[in-house]
Amino acid sequence: MNKLKALAVLLLISSMAYAGGYRVSTQSNRQLAMGHTGVAVVNNADILFFNPAGIVHLENKLNFSAGGFGVISSVKYQNSEFGTSSETESPTGTPVYAYGTYKINEKLAVGLGIYTPFGSNVTWDTNWAGSHLVNEIDLSAIFIQPTVAYKLFDSVSIGGGPIIAIGGVSFNRNAGRSLTNEQGERSNVAIEDSGVLAYGWTAGLMFTPNDRFAFGFNYRSLINIESTEGTATFSNFPNSSLTPDNGDTGFTATLPLPAEITVGLSHKFFNDKLLLAFDYNRALWSEYESLDLVFENGSTSINPRNYKDSSTWRLGAQYTATDKLILRAGYYFDESPVQSGFFAPETPRNDSNGYTFGFTYQVNSKLAVDASFLYLRFKEIDESYDFFTDPGASSPSTFGGTYKSQALIPGIGVTYSM
Amino acid sequence: MMKTFNLKYIGLFIAAAAIVSCDIEFEEPIDEAGAFTPGEADFSNYVSVGNSLTSGFADNALYLDAQLQSFPAIIAGQMEFAGGGEFIQPLVNDNAGGLLAGGVQILPNRFVLASDGMGTPAGPAVYTGQAPTTDITNTVTGKLNNYGVPGAKSFHLGAPGYGNIAGVATGQANPYYVRFATAGTSTVIADAAAANPTFFTLWIGNNDVLSYATSGGLGVDQTGNLNPATYGSNDITDPNVFASVVSGYVTALTANGAKGALINIADVTSIPFFTTVPSNAIPLDAATAGAVMSNPQIQQYNGGLQLAAGGGLITPAEAALRTISFVAGQNFMLMEDEDLTDLSGLGLPNLRQTNDTDLITFTSATVIGTTVGGNPQLIRGVSVPLEDQNVLTATEQAAINAAQGAYNATLEALAAANGLALVDAKTALATVANGGVSINGGVLTSTYASGGAFSLDAVHPTPRGYAFTANAIIDAINAQYGSTVPKVDVATYRSIQTSDAVN
Repeated sequence: MNKLKALAVLLLISSMAYAGGYRVSTQSNRQLAMGHTGVAVVNNADILFFNPAGIVHLENKLNFSAGGFGVISSVKYQNSEFGTSSETESPTGTPVYAYGTYKINEKLAVGLGIYTPFGSNVTWDTNWAGSHLVNEIDLSAIFIQPTVAYKLFDSVSIGGGPIIAIGGVSFNRNAGRSLTNEQGERSNVAIEDSGVLAYGWTAGLMFTPNDRFAFGFNYRSLINIESTEGTATFSNFPNSSLTPDNGDTGFTATLPLPAEITVGLSHKFFNDKLLLAFDYNRALWSEYESLDLVFENGSTSINPRNYKDSSTWRLGAQYTATDKLILRAGYYFDESPVQSGFFAPETPRNDSNGYTFGFTYQVNSKLAVDASFLYLRFKEIDESYDFFTDPGASSPSTFGGTYKSQALIPGIGVTYSM
Repeated sequence: MMKTFNLKYIGLFIAAAAIVSCDIEFEEPIDEAGAFTPGEADFSNYVSVGNSLTSGFADNALYLDAQLQSFPAIIAGQMEFAGGGEFIQPLVNDNAGGLLAGGVQILPNRFVLASDGMGTPAGPAVYTGQAPTTDITNTVTGKLNNYGVPGAKSFHLGAPGYGNIAGVATGQANPYYVRFATAGTSTVIADAAAANPTFFTLWIGNNDVLSYATSGGLGVDQTGNLNPATYGSNDITDPNVFASVVSGYVTALTANGAKGALINIADVTSIPFFTTVPSNAIPLDAATAGAVMSNPQIQQYNGGLQLAAGGGLITPAEAALRTISFVAGQNFMLMEDEDLTDLSGLGLPNLRQTNDTDLITFTSATVIGTTVGGNPQLIRGVSVPLEDQNVLTATEQAAINAAQGAYNATLEALAAANGLALVDAKTALATVANGGVSINGGVLTSTYASGGAFSLDAVHPTPRGYAFTANAIIDAINAQYGSTVPKVDVATYRSIQTSDAVN
């Protein structure tokens, strides 16, 4: 369960989880096409997300970039011991981004970014075999990031800014594996919250010893989304003082959006026609130890997560084919933060391989269209979640089986510079 | 030209999207034909025949939720992975349980576990959150797969008229069978055979000893009496009668070559009805015990026993058995025992205290320690003896065990002779009763209410207990026929139901 919080009414577009946990790495069409590298790649205003120090390296005074993605994903589950199976019905998620930068002078630039780096949207069949863990979850978070960058020396710039996060969550699951009301209907708890505000920051450094080589470093802080204003709805509990009452109650929960460190470099070859980039991300997921829901009606739901810090290795290439066309391709390996035995079907992510490509078509000197495509492949995996304890049970139970996931993410965006 | 280039890429996008958005496939998908196999069996038309255990009866009633989780329904659901077909049960209308006949309630609603309203369990109570709506005058017609009839003894399944509504009032017919009998003169077994099973389970014989047991041995051991028409409802069925009728049922069910499983009879000591109330259920302090023992009637009785033993009328052992003694602490209870030597000539009643070999019926819990007519001197189990119906004595247990052993031997022989699976429910349930069985997230035991396996009537399983039973049956079927029907996760089936919607 998670708890995030909720929010954002207009902008809020639900996003989906790819990349370990509920991190969604779709913050730029140009960079996604290059394996989502970018901490040392100065392409357009998207650098504001990847490395805020980079915005001062943009050639133009004004830079805008915006885009979105369609996330088409599904997860299948089966258990050959019991014959149970299920498949997620995943509505298409649409993570979006928009960045703008303004260069005040050669040494100083400012910018603003809006993007959706976290989210999860998973809908299993109602009352499926793992419904005590999750029937349906929809997490979303919108980040707003004002940014400033300054060139300390010709070859060294720094940048950063605060992050305002707006989170939202809706989550529904059954209260136990077998708890029902007198009519045999599964007892259920649903929580919902939106518009939860939280704050963090980011800072970056870029080192450009010559025109061809760039090195970047970026740190993004932990943001804890603390939900206190949401509503929990208990339904189909029996009419008994031995179980919680039906109806709405409050709850509190905290969902960490983990800190992330990225280092990377890029180098240009062949008259600068080819650029190769490498990024390494380390997401500090170990912050996510447990999802604890405390309800005002006195009941609690403690869900150990025990995530581990995880790494992502990214490779990207960009080739300037003509004045008008730039081609890109990339690959990344994304390590899951979920440890064995903690594999919960709300974020059923194991290690994955991402294959990306895309292009930019320069419409005129100011406007370009960016497109990208990501195919994210997960190996079939036998895993379980071993830490669910039924109400009144003396020991935890295990829920496991074979999972297989995949995601297909096409994206489109525009870049405008002047 | 650039436009063309662009279009090419867009085309590539679409092609790639088409490729990867194809369904995810497991390396060994379980929803593919052949993932689970029926072996030599054919599960396409599974028919279950039996008593309350086959019907899904629980909590002293037949109600919808438990019926949907009857062991045959669970098995049929798993058989679907291996060629099994539709499984239709004569479902009741509601979750109240209870039966009506022409609008008049003839059987009570189900039990639920009530609380004190403050978060502490209070005990079983009749559910009143819903009025019963299942009227036996509304009969179920059409194809059926579950021929479980609560209350049926072995010979009932072949008794014409057992489903005749006219016989319900006189006890000649069974209201549950009335609901789906094909005719007033039909028999359960003929109806089941007419359903033309390709596979069947037959679990019958429990009530042939159980009604005697739950009545505390009020009935008669009819061993030697081959005419069941003369039996009372609490009697033990003669093993030869059992063998004769059950053999006929197997013949009827296998007439078209059906495979199947026979399920044997569990020990009465495996059910909480006989293991919940201890035989030394009377706590006394020293002063009270002393007061009881100072009662002149007890002193006269104990003295009389010594005289009778001295005169050779009873053995010294019987005298010791019958000597009344109440002390500080937990005490065995005063009871009547018709198997004691009749000393009424000496003015001595057939009294003794219970001992470790006695089983106290579950329903005695509401009687023990209560006063007669509000007189504090007349306490049941202390100064007023428990009645025959409260105690299943060692002698009575021996009669049950003898009959049960004979039934089980018959079932084993019939299974072997007909190439059928034999399900050893006796051993399986004994394991639950003796320490329990580990399940996913706990232990399944026969402890009343909290053990998970038995419903609040202390005799019938919960859906979780039925799921455990279903797994035992699936194991036996798979072993017999080389099938690979998957089992169920027992712990995902519910145990008892709590509710404060009670009177």
